[in-house]
Amino acid sequence: MQKQLAKMKQSLFDQGYLDEQFIQLEELQDDANPNFVEEVVTLYYRDSVRLVQNIEQALEKNPLDFAKLDSYMHQFKGSSSSFGAKKVKTECTQFRDHCRAGNADGCKRTFQELKKEYATLKKKLEVYFQFARQAGPVEKACRPK
Amino acid sequence: MSALVVDDDKVVRRMHGKLLTQLGFETNAVENGQEAVDLFTSGESYDFVFMDMEMPIMDGTEATQKLREMGVKSTIVGVTSCNQEAEKQAFVEAGLYACLEKPLTRDAISSLLEQVAKK
Repeated sequence: MQKQLAKMKQSLFDQGYLDEQFIQLEELQDDANPNFVEEVVTLYYRDSVRLVQNIEQALEKNPLDFAKLDSYMHQFKGSSSSFGAKKVKTECTQFRDHCRAGNADGCKRTFQELKKEYATLKKKLEVYFQFARQAGPVEKACRPK
Repeated sequence: MSALVVDDDKVVRRMHGKLLTQLGFETNAVENGQEAVDLFTSGESYDFVFMDMEMPIMDGTEATQKLREMGVKSTIVGVTSCNQEAEKQAFVEAGLYACLEKPLTRDAISSLLEQVAKK
């Protein structure tokens, strides 16, 4: 089961959903916090709901306040980067580029993509954690090839 | 050794806090610069302060400035993902020992501790 778990994780890296920062996160999991990775990811999804709503509301205004949107996205990117959400982070960067260019359509389009990646990653990690709980604790975090 | 994590992001506070605890620090965390200043004003002190740059209520630059004006001698380390050089420069000039990229890594903190030990 551990092998299957490792394959699942490898796949998340190969498909570009996660980056090296996820390994850093795994290295923080220890006997004192045996579910630390899942705890942090859960915290991220819970805490970012408010930010997503703020961005959605801000995107409904006319004209757009690009400085405010950029600030929101800076926060969102920071949080997403901290646990290795690679595709989400990429969309955040693109959104910020559109903010700086004053491109309202670009912002709206990119935000839709961002939400898709955010939701997809959530589903994939839910499956991964479910599997991880069944597989039991691993000895040490393994770096993907 | 003690460390204070100052960051408005819960995920970052959790991760940086855990990292520092694993590295042997006694760790505390607050949400913004004002809370950091309030802690020091109340008499608490920390060997290291890991200060985010952009925070609501009081940002890292202002908090660092205030702490230095209060005579705080802690090693204040800026932590930011900001790539605006002028803003980073202002942050450093407020009184940072160093500025590290967010998110913090084990290697970055180990390097920092080596540097601090040499001074």
